[in-house]
Amino acid sequence: MHSLTKTALSFNGIGRRCVALNRFSETRIICRGLTCTAEHGEHEHELYDVIISGGGMVGTAMACSLGLDPNLEGKKILLLEAGNKKVMDKVPDAYSTRVSSISPGSATLLSGVGAWDHIMNMRCKPYQKMQVWDACSDALITFDKENLQDEMAYIVENNIIVAALTKQLENLSDQVRVQYKSKVVKYTWPKSHQVADAIPWVQVTLANGQILQTKLLIGADGPNSMVRREAGIPTVTWNYDQSAVVAVLHLSEPTENNVAWQRFLPTGPIAMLPLSDTESSLVWSTSHRHAEELLQLDEESFVDSINTAFWSNENHSELVETAGSLFRTALSVLMPSAGSARQLPPSVAGIGPKSRIMFPLGMGHASEYIRHRVALIGDAAHRVHPLAGQGANLGFGDVACLTQLLSQAAFNGKDLGAMQHLLEYETERQRHNLPMMAAIDLMKRLYSTNAAPMVVLRTFGLQATNTLPAMKAQIMAFASK
Amino acid sequence: MYSKKFERFILGVCTRCLTSAVNGTTTSARTAVSWTSVRKHHKQFLERRSQNGFAVVRIRHASKTTVDPNEVKRFRLLATKWWNEQGDFAALHSMNDLRVPFIRDNLLNAHGGRQPGKPLAGLRILDVGCGGGLLTEPLGRLGADVLGIDPVADSIGTAEVHAWHDPDLRGNVRYRAITLEELSEKGGKGAGQFDAVVASEVVEHLADLETFTLCCNQVLKPGGSLFITTINKTQLSYALAIVAAEEVLRIVPSGTHDWDKFVSPVDLERLLESNGFHVESIRGMLYNPLSRAWSWTETTSINYALHAVKLEEEPNPDEDDPEDPTVIVAQAKARRWYN
Repeated sequence: MHSLTKTALSFNGIGRRCVALNRFSETRIICRGLTCTAEHGEHEHELYDVIISGGGMVGTAMACSLGLDPNLEGKKILLLEAGNKKVMDKVPDAYSTRVSSISPGSATLLSGVGAWDHIMNMRCKPYQKMQVWDACSDALITFDKENLQDEMAYIVENNIIVAALTKQLENLSDQVRVQYKSKVVKYTWPKSHQVADAIPWVQVTLANGQILQTKLLIGADGPNSMVRREAGIPTVTWNYDQSAVVAVLHLSEPTENNVAWQRFLPTGPIAMLPLSDTESSLVWSTSHRHAEELLQLDEESFVDSINTAFWSNENHSELVETAGSLFRTALSVLMPSAGSARQLPPSVAGIGPKSRIMFPLGMGHASEYIRHRVALIGDAAHRVHPLAGQGANLGFGDVACLTQLLSQAAFNGKDLGAMQHLLEYETERQRHNLPMMAAIDLMKRLYSTNAAPMVVLRTFGLQATNTLPAMKAQIMAFASK
Repeated sequence: MYSKKFERFILGVCTRCLTSAVNGTTTSARTAVSWTSVRKHHKQFLERRSQNGFAVVRIRHASKTTVDPNEVKRFRLLATKWWNEQGDFAALHSMNDLRVPFIRDNLLNAHGGRQPGKPLAGLRILDVGCGGGLLTEPLGRLGADVLGIDPVADSIGTAEVHAWHDPDLRGNVRYRAITLEELSEKGGKGAGQFDAVVASEVVEHLADLETFTLCCNQVLKPGGSLFITTINKTQLSYALAIVAAEEVLRIVPSGTHDWDKFVSPVDLERLLESNGFHVESIRGMLYNPLSRAWSWTETTSINYALHAVKLEEEPNPDEDDPEDPTVIVAQAKARRWYN
């Protein structure tokens, strides 16, 4: 504060002289003086316009998106990734276990960035239909586009998405710099604008001692985001007492594998997502103990448990069955044409070699997505249960929204780290993400029990929704954005 | 997030009410809403109106300089507050959402498509009354070569310090604590150099508009653009811009504006057209204090933005040297007399 008072006083004195004498070299001398008294070495640190911390699917997509935007041409953009560069010259024969369901909205973003062509050339599986049903009753709901012509969504392996985006980044090497194996150890936040001689930028300190400065820091560093933690942004999180077991399944016989299957067991949902005509991906969310047991089983027992989970009716009870058939009759009177017959998923014969993994599940939501000169995207801002296949799509939605707002801000000559457009980003995305996250959490809790009243309630709900095409269309539209 | 913004707004209003209630002035005990000063203003307004009538409009030409020393004093006290986006100048910060696109789009129309990322590259712009550089910096970021001038040296100091941190701006944004007349008369150095002159929220603080117009004409290239944003002189602008904005809602520090100095778009247009400009467009602007955002509007009754273009000079061989400023002033006076 002392230096500020001194500078203010000197300005006042000089100001008075200058209005009379009309000479301004004194002000320049003050500025030069500030250069010397400013924090040592400020000029040595490279100043970027945008630094993206985290090179996963969402971070790399953000880098591509910013690099391609015409209004951001000439801006210095840097992507920092702690791991190695993910190059995929040849697609491996074996499928990888971590896959994502890419909605049409995300596919539009990826094709706008130029990565979708790479993905189509590598490997992806579109599917046209989804069946979701209960283990405790006969209720089911199916989603499909009319005529089964259009794709509902795509199943793509995560490492293929990252490799495609990385390849696209190579074409943008003039606009976007990438630093691999760069772990960040410290973030220094800018002080308030009113302190005149402090550095107004965010400082990023890397493990190798390099210090970088940026006008806007985008945190894309995953559910345990360091950016979010260091910025002190309060987060609402809780652990579901569930872990997900993922594996690659070999089907008993080749089939036109274009349906995604999900069954809600009392322990958690089990999903089978198509990868090719002969292989599918398994995502089985269940309690920690059961997940560990599943990993210990030998291959044959594991395959048996999967088939049982999808096919057996042991959780049905008399009461629920009667109630279920009653509802179905009532609904068929009201809406005779709607309703669908339950189909059974293909049976599994084996699993891919060394392909069983488990990871814990939780929910997380940052109460603020932004601070002055900071924005969070992807899992750093929100983390969801995989039961709806929306985690990656929410992240890509963040990328599209933030890119558009930054582009507009740059075209209006604004400082990229200014709060005004960052607040717009936060408002728009929270408006979209919060209802989705609430719905997913509600579904998870609703289907975690096999108490009869809840089962009857959700049976009716599911059957009713299934007979209302308008409502199903709304749900699909919301999930496709 | 909405509840936070709303909370902040209510808190701001309450704090301002409370502090004004606590700090009584010596002359009158101010209530939270300052009804005494409102009544005082209104009385003066009615007196002036009864003397002049609304039909008669005076363009100020009290002195040969555009600078009003009282205004300089007032803005010197506010010099350090320019860059607080939620402070006294919050309305000016959010006005950038209108005036930067207005300037940018009109210049792009006039000068054709430029390189993406730096749409105004290659254009020289003069920002008259730049203050702390609120409008100068965005124009600089869009690639233009901008000179910001202001008679208040403290504001120039604040602007220079703020712009100095950003290496993108160091190259093409410059400031000088100088008046427009001084710049335009400096032995032809200031003459005919700029592609555009921007005078945003400035003409309502000037002492002499005629000189201002002439100097703008001097420093512009032929075909160059003049952008002015200011406040209209109407009953509505009195009610909103003086009473509501200064006394009730405290959007702007009290005493910032003097209703007498407001100029209506018709008068401004007449003045510009008789001084070698052609007015291309006038648009109304409206401030919403709840959302703290500006928007374009149909009516120019309160705030308005004006775009004028300097006419290409026609050479007139049997007259004196047309560049001589005294000749231009004399010609302008003659025109006015005969009109």
